[in-house]
Amino acid sequence: MGVLVQAHDLAVSRGGRRAVEGVGFTLSAGEALILRGPNGIGKTTLLRTVAGLQPPAGGRIEADPDAIAYAAHADGLKGALSVAENLRFWRDVFGGPPVEPALEAMNLTQLAGRPAAMLSAGQKRRLGLARLLVTGRPVWVLDEPTVSLDAGSVALFADAVRAHLAAQGAALIATHIDLGLPEARVLDLGAHRATATAPSRAPASFDEAFG
Amino acid sequence: MLALLIRDLRLATRAGGGFGLGLAFFLIVCTLVPFGVGPEGGTLALIAPGILWVGALLACLLSLDRIFALDWEDGSLDLLATAPVPMEGAVLVKAAAHWITTGLPLVVAAPVFGILLHLPSGAQGWLVAALLLGTPALSMLGAFGAALTVGLRRGGLLMSLLVLPLYVPTLIFGAEAVRRGAAGGDGTTPLVLLAGITLATLAAIPFAAAGALRVNLR
Repeated sequence: MGVLVQAHDLAVSRGGRRAVEGVGFTLSAGEALILRGPNGIGKTTLLRTVAGLQPPAGGRIEADPDAIAYAAHADGLKGALSVAENLRFWRDVFGGPPVEPALEAMNLTQLAGRPAAMLSAGQKRRLGLARLLVTGRPVWVLDEPTVSLDAGSVALFADAVRAHLAAQGAALIATHIDLGLPEARVLDLGAHRATATAPSRAPASFDEAFG
Repeated sequence: MLALLIRDLRLATRAGGGFGLGLAFFLIVCTLVPFGVGPEGGTLALIAPGILWVGALLACLLSLDRIFALDWEDGSLDLLATAPVPMEGAVLVKAAAHWITTGLPLVVAAPVFGILLHLPSGAQGWLVAALLLGTPALSMLGAFGAALTVGLRRGGLLMSLLVLPLYVPTLIFGAEAVRRGAAGGDGTTPLVLLAGITLATLAAIPFAAAGALRVNLR
């Protein structure tokens, strides 16, 4: 089993303020890791750091940035394009597998020709998750993936994650909701909250303040 | 990268995409000026090069904030940043899409607007050449301004303040080329300088704008 992501003594900061620190985990192929913790503790910031959108405030991450597919709160959909066009665009950008199986997996085949602006919140979310399937990347970094999904869709999503893990993929998921993935490990960030007495409250350098 | 260009062009031409908005704005400017200045052909011909260039510049400015703001709002910019496309390439492609949907229609329609403003017929060729060489620089500089202000609420006005001073050299040489053409002279020198500005922006702006985007995405 290859190790896909490794974090050592990781600290992340948001707006120049330390959020969590001392986080360490290893994510191997075929594994899912669920991040839990109260609102505002820095789950999103941690995921963005792992995805390479911002540098860590401390510690280090060992991961191939080209292995990671990131899914944020926003799905990155264009309302003027149809469901299939949205998905095909991301497929072309990532050069991943064809879109039809992804539409099928997220139960969107019937909606393929509909403009994304006409979708409900849950349908948009499903399209956002279908995008992961067409990236062809092994590590999924997901931020609250099941928001606005109904029970049936959550099960669809859990199946997709399981199929991904079975294909030697890995998933790092921040969520409050039970995803129906009992085999996933859980990392509670509550224990890693940055202490008020942490030494570097003020940015130490220009690069840390703006970097 | 081709997929991104096709998507941006498709989005621009779909409903609400704003395609043709710049052109309509340019048309209105060129129609309003004769009303304000008076219909004497001599006066109009004198100011036509400047008016045409200022009009093209403002028409370009209209749609600049769309380059990155829309993608930032719906989260596509985050996803693009993690995609295998380099950020510099994405900037270049998005600026190219802006030019094709805004700059190129202006170039094509400019001779008609030149007639509206009594531009001497000898200057028409110079006008098209100057716009063709100069408008890519407008889109590139605009992409830099849009990248700096992406994520700011009401960033459009700030972007205009940042971008308009950068447009000054393009405006000077662009209008000068047309003015020389209108006077029956040779506008090659300002045209060459204009091409130089465009090439410099093409070379430098992708890196500057990508850097600004990376900072703004943090």
